[in-house]
Amino acid sequence: MDKKLIVSPSPHIHSGNSTQSLMRDVIIALIPAFIVSIVFFGFDAVTVAAIAVVASLATEYLITRFMLKRPNTLWDYSAALTGFLLAFNLPPSAPWWMIVIGSIVAIGVGKMSFGGLGRNPFNPALVGRVFLLISFPEQMTSFYHPTALDGTSGATPLAVVKEAVKNGQSLSEVMPQFSYTDMLLGNMGGSMGEIAAFALLIGFVYLLVRKVITWHIPVYVLGSMAIFSAILWLIDPNSFANPLFHLLSGGAILGAVYMATDYVTSPMTTKGMLLYGIGIGVITILIRTWGAYPEGISFAILIMNAAVPLINKYTHPKRFGSVVAKKA
Amino acid sequence: MLKTFKIGGIHPNDNKLSKGCAIEKMPLPEKVVISLSQHIGAPATATVAKGDKVKVGDLIGKATGFVSADVHSSVSGTVVAVDAQPDTSGVRKPSVTIAVEGDEWNEQIDLGAENIPDITPKEMMDAIAHAGIVGMGGATFPTHVKLSVPDGKKAEFLIINGVECEPYLTADHRVMLERPDDLLKGVAILCKVLSVKKAFIGIENNKPDAIELLTKKAAGGGYGDVSIEVVPLKVQYPQGGEKQLIDAVIGRQVPSGALPIEVGAVVQNAGTAVAVYEAVVKHKPLIERVVTVTGKSLASPKNLLVRLGTPVQALIDYCGGLGDNTGKVINGGPMMGRAACNLEGGVTKGTSGVLLMNDGEAKRKPSSPCIRCAKCVSVCPMGLEPYLINVMTKNGLVAQTEPLHPYDCIECGSCSYTCPAGIPLLDFIRLAKGEVMKIMRARKS
Repeated sequence: MDKKLIVSPSPHIHSGNSTQSLMRDVIIALIPAFIVSIVFFGFDAVTVAAIAVVASLATEYLITRFMLKRPNTLWDYSAALTGFLLAFNLPPSAPWWMIVIGSIVAIGVGKMSFGGLGRNPFNPALVGRVFLLISFPEQMTSFYHPTALDGTSGATPLAVVKEAVKNGQSLSEVMPQFSYTDMLLGNMGGSMGEIAAFALLIGFVYLLVRKVITWHIPVYVLGSMAIFSAILWLIDPNSFANPLFHLLSGGAILGAVYMATDYVTSPMTTKGMLLYGIGIGVITILIRTWGAYPEGISFAILIMNAAVPLINKYTHPKRFGSVVAKKA
Repeated sequence: MLKTFKIGGIHPNDNKLSKGCAIEKMPLPEKVVISLSQHIGAPATATVAKGDKVKVGDLIGKATGFVSADVHSSVSGTVVAVDAQPDTSGVRKPSVTIAVEGDEWNEQIDLGAENIPDITPKEMMDAIAHAGIVGMGGATFPTHVKLSVPDGKKAEFLIINGVECEPYLTADHRVMLERPDDLLKGVAILCKVLSVKKAFIGIENNKPDAIELLTKKAAGGGYGDVSIEVVPLKVQYPQGGEKQLIDAVIGRQVPSGALPIEVGAVVQNAGTAVAVYEAVVKHKPLIERVVTVTGKSLASPKNLLVRLGTPVQALIDYCGGLGDNTGKVINGGPMMGRAACNLEGGVTKGTSGVLLMNDGEAKRKPSSPCIRCAKCVSVCPMGLEPYLINVMTKNGLVAQTEPLHPYDCIECGSCSYTCPAGIPLLDFIRLAKGEVMKIMRARKS
């Protein structure tokens, strides 16, 4: 026989999973929310997303090609996903140059400066977003209400609540203006992709079915947000918003399902995921309630990203046989 | 809810192409190459020399030391060589090559016998040892050693491994379907040797016919005071791993570094139980076994009853030959089998299957950076952290992986299988396992 047989150690078969297929699935999961945002914001949503994705891909391509001199990594789709997620975190009115700067920071500083995919400690899209939020606070927090006729009544529900509390108003006067149905469907002010809780949850189900992520982190984040805000709300419903309001407003679901679950920057074990999720939930509510910004989930995720190496060091999976045998 | 093991696990496509193929007797080859080292432990010492005439079942290799096994001639004919011959992996092993002449059996073997003889457990144990029986699931640990319960320990349960969780393989499945009575008699003998009253047969739910048949047969009784219970298990790889099977069936976890007897269990493969039956009842040594010859590039997959030492090439030829698009031949299943480089190597006591993979399947996918998705951690049935052992080993920190317990790894391959980045995690864990065990041994001595 002339032909040589291939010899390699076991296993000889593979699941067929690939980095590419996982990233592609996350992008697919974001599509329902993207559609909602096109419905409410029209062509603005398409423009923001297109600029962010193209700028992210270009940044990664230029850095790998000319600075690192490594093979092209665009086809793992991670840069495209980062751009798409960054777009979801921007107001639909964001000017093009701001989106480009955000993309360059997200990919260049947030990801490539650490060595590329798999090595970045912080979620790149959030690095981009927070950079923009701190640098251009005005543009980053001027939202227009999607269906208001004058197109100007800008503030997000969280900002309205924050302002009211600051002015000493009782929340019982403020809260009735919000409709939970509108919040669920996305009819409120906010970043491009964060408004539609319902559409984001459809994507969550898709990710679970495709086994891209597990339920742990989203449930721990949202659960701890709900519990912590419920405690505050029970203490004084006039000063603290109720848990449902917290879950449906701002970037809670977008953050919990799509940002906190970023593989690279989240813990490796379910025990670690619990600590990480609780950390994000509690810090989010702390910032929303007492912090300078109305929304805090981006900061909360970045803070807990920083804790991930420590969490991984102290949380290990339960080893087989480490439990004393039970007597049958 | 069907029982299964508690930690990790994967669900590869089972590809049981040959599950409907009844066991066929493979015609005798022209010559056999019988390895004297086809079990774990010391190689057997040859008891024949070039030119000797042997019959089927004659002893040709004597066990040396406690962990070793006798080897018998699987054919009748003339010994043409006693030397080192490459096995399917290309490793030279002391072997006896016999040119086949006719098919004359040793007079001691009584193929007509069917009833369990009225002998003591000690005598049964001797019969098993003298038949050269080893674990036929692939681990090839000498069965009589496994049945010797150490002082101070007590066996409570016998667990028969009918899981066959490796994709493609169907040899045990066919044995359970076609020889249920022999299997159950083998179980009864094993129970008697171990003096246990309770035996479980663990079978995955993708073999409902075997579960049904054995449940019915076992319910019929007739095995003295031994009660045999068939336990259907949820399909999940690597359930056939000894520790995983014990966890699945009786809910006890064997501690790290300990043997199953620590939790009162002894596990034997279904094929081994049939071999035990033949050894005790028919005085027939282990000279043949059922091998699944399969693969998508093979014309007609089959389950063959093959004499030990038959060249793997002969099996493949009998099933339609090696196709032009065959890229890899595996001795065993796709998850834990070894890639063969020498098809003239003979079938051994541990050869459960010969799997042909075509060119497309044979190559590993290129690997990309770890994205820390934690899939390897979640699938590891031993609760290890493959990604971490991998990265430390790659970065020269292999000696520091000891707290990560690489020695607990059962090499099931679930981590490499699932890794989206295509990182060969198991390759590096094997390396770490070897190094750490070396360090631990050095410390002990």
